Formats: sequence, structure tokens, C-alpha cells
Amino acid sequence: MSGRAPRAVALIDGNSFYCSCERVFDPKLARVPVIVLSNNDGCAIARTAEAKALGIRMGEPYFKIRDLCRSQGVRVFSSNYTLYGDMSGRTNAVYRQFSPRVEIYSIDESFLDLSDVAAPVRVELARDLRATVRAWTGIPTCVGIGPTKTLAKLANHIAKSVPALDGVCDLTDAAAYDHWLCRVAVGEVWGIGRASLAKLEAMGVESVADLRDLDPRPVRKGLTVVGERIIHELRGLACLPLDLVPARRKGCAVTRSFSARITDRATLEEAVAAHATRLGEKLRREGLGTDHVTVFYHTSEHDRDAPQRSVATTVSLPEHSSDTLALIQAVRLGVAKTWRDPSPDRPAWRYSKAGVVTNDLWPLTDSPRALIGALDRARSGSLMAAMDACNARWGRGAVVPARAGLVARREWTTKFDMRTPRYTTQVAELPVAHA
Amino acid sequence: MSLRRVATLPQDGPGTVRVPLVGPAVCAGFPSPADDFLEGALELPRWLVPNPPATFLMQVRGESMRGAGIFDRDLACVDRSLLPQHDSVVVAVVDALLSCKRYRIEGNTPRLAFDNPDLPAFAVDEASEVEIWGVVRFTIRWHVARGRLA
Repeated sequence: MSGRAPRAVALIDGNSFYCSCERVFDPKLARVPVIVLSNNDGCAIARTAEAKALGIRMGEPYFKIRDLCRSQGVRVFSSNYTLYGDMSGRTNAVYRQFSPRVEIYSIDESFLDLSDVAAPVRVELARDLRATVRAWTGIPTCVGIGPTKTLAKLANHIAKSVPALDGVCDLTDAAAYDHWLCRVAVGEVWGIGRASLAKLEAMGVESVADLRDLDPRPVRKGLTVVGERIIHELRGLACLPLDLVPARRKGCAVTRSFSARITDRATLEEAVAAHATRLGEKLRREGLGTDHVTVFYHTSEHDRDAPQRSVATTVSLPEHSSDTLALIQAVRLGVAKTWRDPSPDRPAWRYSKAGVVTNDLWPLTDSPRALIGALDRARSGSLMAAMDACNARWGRGAVVPARAGLVARREWTTKFDMRTPRYTTQVAELPVAHA
Repeated sequence: MSLRRVATLPQDGPGTVRVPLVGPAVCAGFPSPADDFLEGALELPRWLVPNPPATFLMQVRGESMRGAGIFDRDLACVDRSLLPQHDSVVVAVVDALLSCKRYRIEGNTPRLAFDNPDLPAFAVDEASEVEIWGVVRFTIRWHVARGRLA
């Protein structure tokens, strides 16, 4: 659903969000450099200010900075998405007490509609919001306010980069708008990518104000409609409404890298069955079904000397379903159709990643039923509901289909070697208060 | 219309609240990387938890709060939205550890105290800075060994 465009909108986001989540539960991490790594402990995806000061860049592969981290005492963590998702939910619950209209843009960024807040008190409200989020959840944030989403995003960038602003920048204020737009580089504008930036620089556009003052019509030819829209947004003409209710999910994917390369069919089948199990859970959570699944698995381009193979195959279901057992049956059929055994003259392929993907999801309640081969929805529904209830109560993976293998025995699962406890969702992993 | 912060969520109505809240299922902009890792929340009765987003559960380890009726391996419900008052039981940061203590105001100075007759009164030097993590709203203790957390 898209509402009317707001007159004043705030973008609030968590500072080094993943690192800040870790710091809430471990006071030892205060004021020391901290980084969080991506899946399989690949690259740095969150860095505290102290880590940035050491020159650690966003997305830098961990193996390249391992020695630096060791010598500089950088605390390194695997991503703990269970914790980050929970903390994200908490921060958004606080935002909703300040504005009833919130668009959750990503795990750590939300737009708040402040149209109904009088201009003079917007900054005051933003400071109160920051302080409340910090006190209640422990997460430090920055707030940017603007007449449009593009300006709110820009204001947030300014609030982050200029310490004197104390985390809040309001571009609905005419003086601040005039002051900052000619001082910020055009590359900081939301939606200006590297290609557009090169074109703009060739046109002599350096600051945000230069871009704002371009004539939008010729720009449409060079920078597409998006470029024209950005110019309107920078002039304070809102083109982007708030998405208060995210659009219904159209597709869904569960993909994972293996912790090590795999070469045998049984492991691959277990992995895709586990992914199909997760896919089923995600679909059921939103009452959606799918009538096909695509299974893929491939070798790694990093294994340059090893033989390469990449497989993707789509299997149809008789009708839309979210039944885990039906999905597992389909993905196993996909593997059966495509698996090739090694032979004496052909060494085994070393697969690095597998996944299951589906597009064209449909609400189960109004999906057409199959004339032939219809699934028993009543029976499947009760079984799936019982399985989901067990997993909700005793933790994910408490009950799994045998094909997917017991969670504790899966050796192929993505590595999270340096993950902190799931402090907020697992009774056995609660933080300890020393008495 | 003016917007004012509501201090707490409404307490009426039956049922339980989830502590913590489950994160966003679908984001408008970027798909949430946490999507695949969300877990069932720990549930507590709504009337016990007036402010779920600020409420955290912790396990108490140690005997320094026996005088407050808090024992080793009890479960503490900590509310970060409460301001500590004189004599509040709090979780504070002491020597970079989360620590359950009695909050006392002596004159104008807040201090952290043990609550155990076998221990000295104060846990922290007067001069040290006191950082309060949250206020303990209530604790849970098991009276059967089997129900207790490991």
C-alpha cells in the first residue's frame, strides 16, 4: 500500500547496527574496534568507528585483515542475525511510539512520517527519539529529516558525518537546507550510482546543489526517469510515498554456502531438503504457496583449477502449496534429474553452494486447486501447524523432516564460528548478570 | 495532530506479549538478512511486561544479592525504560561485566551495593562511574531443581 507523499519525513538508522547490537550485551566491547563478518565469515559487513579508523573497509575480505585485527585487538564476530533481527524489531517498536506511520526500509533503517509534527519541534522530537531508543534498547542512532525521502536520507548522512550536529539534521529548515546542499558531494545522494556519478562529474556537477539546479527535462535523457525524480525530490517535491505495508512477497529464496566443499549426493540432498524446509516455514508464515521450486547448486569460481559445474532446474508441483514435505519431494526430484556421479575419467565436482528459489507466490486461500493430484490441505495443514508450533516453542530445528537431517548433525551448514549467544531469543543463551 | 510519546504499551487485554518482539518479516527496501534466522520469542504475560521493546531477560549468577531474595541461577526481568530510584535492584556495568546490584543514593551520589550480610556494603568505590544497564522489575526462581536453567 502506498499512502500520500509525506510533507516531512525522518530517516532513522542504527550506527554500525550489528556492532552496536553486540555492544549492548558485552560492555567489554565499548570503545574498542569491533567488526561483524558476513555469512561463512567472509567479509567485514559492519564496523565501529574505531575499526573504520584502522582503515578496515566495508566488504573487505576477512583473510586480508586477519593479521591487522590480531595486532590491533579488533574484536571480530560472525553475524548473529537472530539477535540483529530481534533488536531491529525492538527499535521499530520504539519508533512507532513517535510516529504511527513507519516504513521499515531495511534491518537498520526506517522512515517515519513527521508531517503532523510542527516544524519548530521536529528536531526536539528527533532528539527525544534518539535518546529513547538509546535508553530502551542500547542502540545509538542518527536521524535525518527532510521534506522528501531523498532529502531525509541526505540529512541522515550529514547527521552521521558532522559530530557537532549530535546525530540530528533537519533539512526542512530553510537555513540548514541552503547551508548543506552546496557543501555535500553529489555522490552522497541516494540513488546516484557510480555510472551516474561519472556522467554528472563530466557535466561539472559537484555538489548536491549543482544537481538540484539542473534542468530535469534534459536530464531525463542522460540519467533516466530516476535522475529526474531525484532532482524533484532534492527540490522538496516528494515523489516517493511511504510504503507502510510492504508489498506482498513475490518470490522467496533460501540459499547457503557450504562450510566446506561437498562432493557427495547424500549431503547435497540433505542440504536442499533443509533449505526446502526453511522455505516452507517462510511461506507458511505469510500464508503463501508456490507451484514450482527451482533448485540450484554450483562449484566455486575461486577453485580456478577444479572443474566447474552450475546446475539450476525447476520442478513443478501439482498445485500451490507451502507443505514442507511436498517441497522436499520436489527439490529431491530436481537433484535426481541433474546429479552426475564422478567416474574414473571425471573427478567429482566440488560444490560450494546450493539453494532453493521460488517466484510467483500466491496466497493459499485464493489459489486455484488442481483437478488432478490435489494435495490434502487439511491433513498437511495440521501436520505443518504442529511442526511449526514445536519449533516455535523448543527452538528452530526441534522437529525436522528426516530428509533434512538433524540440525546438530548437519556438517555442511554455513560457518558462524565466532557468533555470540542468541541473548534475547534462547533461554539457554541469556546474558549473565553477576551478583 | 501533535505526536506525543506514549510511555508504555497498553496493559489491558488478555494473552501474552513476546519478549522480545519478533523483527520485521518483510522490509520495504532491502530484504532483511535476519529473515532466515528469526526465532520464536520468549513469552511472558502481558501484565508482567508493560514495555516489551525495553525488556530483557538475564540469568543471575552469584550470591551477592541474597538479602534481596535473589539467588544463583534465578532469572531476572530487566526493564531499560525504568529510571533507578534509591534502593532499586539494578543491572549495572561493573568492571566491564553486567552485574546485579542494589542502587543506593547517599547524599547526592549514586552507589552500587551488595545485598548480602556476609559481604562489605559497597561493591564499587565511591569515585567510580556508575553505568546503569537496566532496572530489575522482578525475578523468577525455581523451587524444583529440574525446572532450573542449566
